[in-house]
Amino acid sequence: MKNSLGREIPETIKGYYKEVKPFTGAYDNMADIIKTQVRAKSIMPDEKKVLDNLEEVIKKSGLKDGMTISFHHHLRNGDYVVNMVMNQIASMGIKDIKIAASSIFPIHSPLIDHMKSGVVTGLYTSYMSGPVADAISEGILENPIIMHTHGGRSRAIESGDIKIDVAFIASSTCDSYGNINGVYGKSACGVLGYAISDAYYAEKVVAITDNLVSYPVCPIEISQDYVDYIVVVDKIGDPEGIVSGTTRITKDPIGLKIATLAAKVIEASGLLKDGFSFQTGAGGISLAVAASIREIMKDKNIKGSFMSGGITGYMVDMLEEGLFDSILDVQCFDLRAIESLKNNKSHQPMTATMYGNPHNKGAVVNNLDLMILGATEIDTDFNVNVTTGSNGIIMGGSGGHSDTAAGSKLAIVVSQLFKGRLPVIVDKVTTVSTPGETVDVLVTERGIAVNPKRQDLIAKLEKSKIKVMSIEKLKKIAEGITGKPMEIETDERIVAAVEYRDGTIIDIVKKIKR
Amino acid sequence: MVINKPARAGTLESSDIYIMVQPNQGQGIEIQLDSIVLKQFGKQIQNVMRQTLKDLEIEDIKIIANDRGALDYTIRARLETAINRAN
Repeated sequence: MKNSLGREIPETIKGYYKEVKPFTGAYDNMADIIKTQVRAKSIMPDEKKVLDNLEEVIKKSGLKDGMTISFHHHLRNGDYVVNMVMNQIASMGIKDIKIAASSIFPIHSPLIDHMKSGVVTGLYTSYMSGPVADAISEGILENPIIMHTHGGRSRAIESGDIKIDVAFIASSTCDSYGNINGVYGKSACGVLGYAISDAYYAEKVVAITDNLVSYPVCPIEISQDYVDYIVVVDKIGDPEGIVSGTTRITKDPIGLKIATLAAKVIEASGLLKDGFSFQTGAGGISLAVAASIREIMKDKNIKGSFMSGGITGYMVDMLEEGLFDSILDVQCFDLRAIESLKNNKSHQPMTATMYGNPHNKGAVVNNLDLMILGATEIDTDFNVNVTTGSNGIIMGGSGGHSDTAAGSKLAIVVSQLFKGRLPVIVDKVTTVSTPGETVDVLVTERGIAVNPKRQDLIAKLEKSKIKVMSIEKLKKIAEGITGKPMEIETDERIVAAVEYRDGTIIDIVKKIKR
Repeated sequence: MVINKPARAGTLESSDIYIMVQPNQGQGIEIQLDSIVLKQFGKQIQNVMRQTLKDLEIEDIKIIANDRGALDYTIRARLETAINRAN
């Protein structure tokens, strides 16, 4: 059958964890919410939570073959916890484990051996890059992995779609009774937004820490009433890999041109006034757009309400300059962000569900005026791919892309018209991550295209004398320079099911042909 | 034109191509191509190279190329330069 975007979705997918529901529209499944029940064990007053080692923790947690365990990705490419836990599980002879990790990074490459040996047989994630993503694309697992959005992951956990047996929470700081924060310790990572649903909905919750402190810790982000066991290890991560290296504004003249054009669109949209709110990724062009917005706000004396998302030092600067009233932070990208979270009351943490879950009483993305997005590919229906490269190999995932596009008043994709000879605009994206109905504008260095659904915006841009062209025309310009790429061939086997934030299947990823 | 000695042109920067040429006396045209867009543009890159060789009347050559997403005119320019240096 075809979903509403014309993507072919099989009626049944072997090994898929629930009934196949094809995507029907971005706002189609906003019905009643029923949250799942959690079975937990009460703790006696004299019980000790701090155990001797990981082996004891895993034994006590009752982890068995076939179970699902979860991890958060706030330690990013510096995370030691996933590998540490998986090596221990493997050495204890436990097999057929499903991993629900909010993201997978190159540092997690030892998972490949665990997949080969049958220790790991399933994966749920919102983003993955590096050797594990390559191995999945080549079909290392028998059953497809599930990729969701950041908000969609919380939805899946809260609804019971994903039942977590044991959540392993990398904890930068933890006290002796299981109160956790991410802002202190040698492996500080800031907010723990992506770990909260795991802590609330897993049957067993384990805090793994390299900074055990006396009771009670302050501040508390995950509280003791959700934590079963605590284990102390030498190091939960490598600080070098925890903070991002991508938080610099581009110096590339093409990127700066795109940012200047995007700023013009934002100004013409009428949204940039007192109370303005926005989010942007940490990519070079996105940050350059933020720099343009900063200048305009200073010039016109505009005071914004909030910035949200993964937070960089650049956003912190804008907060401290008084350009915005506050920051809602689901993940800190750098040390400046961690420091600000620690010291500035206007810089507040938020959970992944508060950030982007469509099935709650209103996520933060719904309050966004502007979202600046990236794209690997965008098609003439404005569908965006950030999941696979144009060669069909998984190299990313939605993360908050679809959540913010759906919630914000104006979702702008900024991209070079072609990157390394690959035109960004294609007839059909290799994989749909975000549906075109939620994407409003594409800004490239050679022109701006507006989704025809947004006639109101086209009128505003024309009034401001901003040249708009059709996305088809922009595509032709690109192909005139690069030539038309040949379509890639794929195998029939499905390696990943890509879920929209509401849990419907927006696309599938097939095994690549070598 | 004849390839007398090994020579090279280009860089491994994004949107460039690094080309090495070597003599291949009596063995015809041999192209070893690696590219970040091999699947999408591999044939096109080969076509540009072969057309360039035809225009320069080169019949025996070994080309080893590492493409980083170069456009056709870059590929042609780098190949011509490498060949001139091999002369």
